Amino acid sequence: MDIPILKIENFLVVTIQAEMSDDEILKLQKDILSRIKEVSASGLIIDITALDVVDSFMGRTLSNIANTADLLGAKTVVVGVRPAVALTLVELGIRIKWNLNTALNLEKGIDMLKKRIEIRG
Amino acid sequence: MSETEKRISIKSSADIITARGVGREMAKQLGFNIVDQTKITTAISELTRNIVTYTGKGRVIIKKIHSDADKKDGMAIICTDKGPGIESIELVLKAGYSTSNSLGLGLSGAKMLMDDFDIKSKPGQGTRVTIKKWLR
Repeated sequence: MDIPILKIENFLVVTIQAEMSDDEILKLQKDILSRIKEVSASGLIIDITALDVVDSFMGRTLSNIANTADLLGAKTVVVGVRPAVALTLVELGIRIKWNLNTALNLEKGIDMLKKRIEIRG
Repeated sequence: MSETEKRISIKSSADIITARGVGREMAKQLGFNIVDQTKITTAISELTRNIVTYTGKGRVIIKKIHSDADKKDGMAIICTDKGPGIESIELVLKAGYSTSNSLGLGLSGAKMLMDDFDIKSKPGQGTRVTIKKWLR
């Protein structure tokens, strides 16, 4: 399954549409990072509205993507965390290492990125 | 085999997704709310991933359970493997402990998300983890 990585202005938007195996998640991670470099993106939005389970592996991978994207000069926002998923993540204890920026939806995610990038100048 | 008990053998990360799907479906049928369905499914994901990561293969049984004493129904998930076993159970249950550079939330996470948690393990003989969630 190839997940499309769309470009809007200087941001990349990735919508995860179905449950993914570990291999697929790791491939997506690689694809996203090479695309950021290719287009010199300044922001990355990962939409996980379709995911009804985010376990510690997925949490860690999203966090890794955000950290690596940061080194490549792109800020990451995760959007579309479902309420049940959010509750589960908090109980799972992921808040300890969940150093991700999140926004309610795509629109708010784009706003957040714009603000962060403005501040940085 | 009854409809209220499912066995899935776990060999690869694709089987994790299968087990999650079966678990969620049963949780839904038993009447667990969406948050509990998500917690159960996530706990299954953590335990089955442990099997794939640390032992290569194992088995998960997902079944409906009933407590006569408390007059309530619930769901049990039993994960077994014949892997290397766990030297110190106390240590692996500490949130953040990991030998595989993951978040170290697998076992402790599964424990937090469920009502009951039991682990039996012998070095060299394997591990069995049983988790339960009761309907409220």
